Amino acid sequence: MAMLRQGDLEITVNGQSHMVEAAAETPLLYVLRNELKLNAAKFGCGLSQCGACTVHVDGEAVRSCIYPVSDAAGKQVTTLEGLGTLEDPHPIQQAFLDEQAAQCGYCIPGMMMTAVAFLNQNDQPSEADIRQALAGNLCRCGTHVRIIRAVQRAADTMA
Amino acid sequence: MDANRVTRRRLMQGSGGLLITFSLASAFRQASVVGQEATPTIAPELPEASVTPTVEPGLVATPENQTHQDVQTRDVTGDTVDSWLEIDASGNITVYSGKVELGTGLRTALTQIVAEELDVPFARVTMIMGDTARTPDQGTTAGSKSIQVAGPVLRQAAAEARLILLTRASERLGVPADDLQVKEGVVSTLGGEDRSVPYGELVAEPFEREVTGEAPEKPPASYVLVGQPIQRVDIPPKLTGGEAYVQDVRLDGMLHGRVVRPFVRTMEGIGATLQNFDDSAAREIPGVVQVVRNGNFIGVVAEREEQAITAAKAIKVEWAFGDPLPAINQIHDLLREMPVNEDEGGEIVRNGDVEGALGVAAQSVEATYRFASQAHAMMGPSCAVADVRPDGATIYTQSQNVFNQGRTLADLLGLAPEKVHTIFREGSGCYGHSGFDDVAADAAMLSQAVGRPVRVQWMRADEFAWEPKSPPMTMDLRGGLDDRGSIIAWDYEVWTPTHNTRPGGDASSVLAGQLKEPPAAMFEVGYGGGDRNAPTNYSFPNNRVTVHWVETPPLRPSALRSLGGLANATANELFMDEMAAAAGADPVEFRLRHLYDPRAIDVITKAAEAAGWDARPSGPSATPAADGGLVKGRGIAFARYETEYAYAAVVAEVEVDPSKGNVRVTRAVVGHDCGLIINPDGLTNQIEGNVIQGTGRALKEEVTWDEHLVTSLDWSGYHILTFPEVPTIEVALIDRPEEDALGAGEPAICPVPAAIGNAIFDATGVRMRTMPFTPERVLEALGSAAS
Repeated sequence: MAMLRQGDLEITVNGQSHMVEAAAETPLLYVLRNELKLNAAKFGCGLSQCGACTVHVDGEAVRSCIYPVSDAAGKQVTTLEGLGTLEDPHPIQQAFLDEQAAQCGYCIPGMMMTAVAFLNQNDQPSEADIRQALAGNLCRCGTHVRIIRAVQRAADTMA
Repeated sequence: MDANRVTRRRLMQGSGGLLITFSLASAFRQASVVGQEATPTIAPELPEASVTPTVEPGLVATPENQTHQDVQTRDVTGDTVDSWLEIDASGNITVYSGKVELGTGLRTALTQIVAEELDVPFARVTMIMGDTARTPDQGTTAGSKSIQVAGPVLRQAAAEARLILLTRASERLGVPADDLQVKEGVVSTLGGEDRSVPYGELVAEPFEREVTGEAPEKPPASYVLVGQPIQRVDIPPKLTGGEAYVQDVRLDGMLHGRVVRPFVRTMEGIGATLQNFDDSAAREIPGVVQVVRNGNFIGVVAEREEQAITAAKAIKVEWAFGDPLPAINQIHDLLREMPVNEDEGGEIVRNGDVEGALGVAAQSVEATYRFASQAHAMMGPSCAVADVRPDGATIYTQSQNVFNQGRTLADLLGLAPEKVHTIFREGSGCYGHSGFDDVAADAAMLSQAVGRPVRVQWMRADEFAWEPKSPPMTMDLRGGLDDRGSIIAWDYEVWTPTHNTRPGGDASSVLAGQLKEPPAAMFEVGYGGGDRNAPTNYSFPNNRVTVHWVETPPLRPSALRSLGGLANATANELFMDEMAAAAGADPVEFRLRHLYDPRAIDVITKAAEAAGWDARPSGPSATPAADGGLVKGRGIAFARYETEYAYAAVVAEVEVDPSKGNVRVTRAVVGHDCGLIINPDGLTNQIEGNVIQGTGRALKEEVTWDEHLVTSLDWSGYHILTFPEVPTIEVALIDRPEEDALGAGEPAICPVPAAIGNAIFDATGVRMRTMPFTPERVLEALGSAAS
């Protein structure tokens, strides 16, 4: 078993740099949630199976529940909080609001982060493209049809 | 470009350039109506927003400012107007609800009801939900009963408050109350005279009156907020990283805990006792505060969450298991042989002479159906934060019943019930009794041991192993047709464990209470939920329904969305289709033939019309249209929730790949009647969720176990529906403003599996009778049919 060591690590999250106290191998998720008190990324499985913890590292969607915090050093980490706020929402957030694309909402931040990374690569997706892009993100409430519509709406707005 | 895609530009054109967009911030403050941009005319003139946030403000709780001693004590009897609502001098209204938001939109819907009845702007109303120190005890938020049970209670409290305010205004203005009106929280004289007083100036004194139940309520025809698709107030914080969940509660000095136990949950705990225990490695891990052992209860508390997780893995334990679990591959037959409770169940319906009618039937049909054990499978594992001190405890929980959880934890902790303050925070959607009460007990035990606040979130495998499960069920049906194709005999027999083991105050009803030393005396098991929808709403001249309550379920069972209603409605509606086929009848027409309730007839007709139902007897056509080898079919099913509440009919269209056994549901159309609709968009959201979850439960979901342990422990072992598998969904709502508003969190799931199974028959000619309809089972059925 690897010993947890007090790290001496600096990471940049949503444009701000932070000294991290966690040991190097600590999953990024716990640093985001507990040290930086960012709520959006969620613990769902710790196994990279559900997508609830998805954040961006240098613009790519990664599963922060298995992503070692030390791997984020020198890179730009973006969480949902970095995309937009209540006052100044990102188009994806506005689209999810407009479509009322949430029930419990626990999976939704991960959905939005996955969707934005996808839309940055494909700004005119078909419905089938969106379904495939989100195939690895699980939702238990069954909000899928609204999520698909919201991503389509965001694509229109962002295009 | 896809012609069906509605672009922002087109929306602007469509509404004459009047594009009303709501930012999240404005949505947070004011009522926004879903779809308002496209069709602004459907929205009422929504009043000017107040700046009051409609969701409880962010957590400011610390052990210093919010322990049990410091919480404001208020009247929580539920008997008085004051116990339900307060109005401040600014006219802002705080409602105290014992029912809680589970991600279903209840907070918004109840707010609509209260704002409507008081004639105040929607945004003036803030709702406090589920707090043992502040809200009346309204029992469990479950069973699709909150709108239908709690809605009228709040409506009546609001009506009573409005009556009192009108009386006070009458005295203030010197005008008879009959000559007064209320608009947006301001009482004014009818007619031209410009005399008015706002609610805020009428509330210097509390209401000090009981809810008599006799205050006049607004007629539904005058509603301006109820019936509108107002955007849900809980959603904006969820979209922006707000403190929306129990997982986000952070108390000063809070530690993190994890518990260690084998991956199984039986009626009496874990079916195992601790043999060897070595925590030496765990105690060496930096940040570990304490390893806690109390009998078979083992946990660890650390400064940081990842340290607690690592330390829990480092604790070496060996368990001695008792009797093996019943074999999963025989479980549906074993249910028939298990001891049954003799005091409950039996023949719950007996009309006419079933055996006699079967004896003279022109045709008779028999079938056995089997429904698998399934999991709540919350996306976010159960979580709680507990701060237990010698003189009292504060618990943040996502429990569906904070009141009973408080009593249960008091029993566990050895505290007086009034010293345990449980506060609801939303969690991941639960769909019933998942692990939330158990994790609160874990957090409480660990906090009591270390004397500091402790947050525990179960790991993924913990949740799948320890959450109470929907139990397996076995259903036998026999039916008889007369020579005109009408059912003259219906005989239903079900073997089911109880579907309700919610904590009611006994420490033994949570895992920690069963594991600690000495273990709490075993709680009394009640029998419920497994008989739901065992009777049908059809009219059969000879009808018998028999329920066998199995006493020894393999795993701890409890309530999962619609409880036994899903399996029973599935069996009934699959069999109804088998009877229709035997009668050579179209499945829609055959159902209507046996129904007299006009609302049942309407909901089936509505679903069939919306789906463009292809009326004919089901079964594959002689020359199936080849589409890459896929065969297509359509099926229908109907259920009335608990046979007495909301009505739902579902048409499913499927594609079956006979070479692989894969079933894809391509389209689902729902007819739905839950009486008065409070919020049509929130309702549609719930129905869509029911269809998708129901499709997963029909096709994929199955808890598995081996000799001693649950083996479906992650998302590769427990499969739910994914995006590529989700059908298109159309919802046809029937609004009945003059009827009672009925709950809609569960009714629509009940017909889903049978509609799919019936569509599989239509596509393949094969009857699927074991749920879920996995590719293996479909292939096996196709193979049996071919041989």
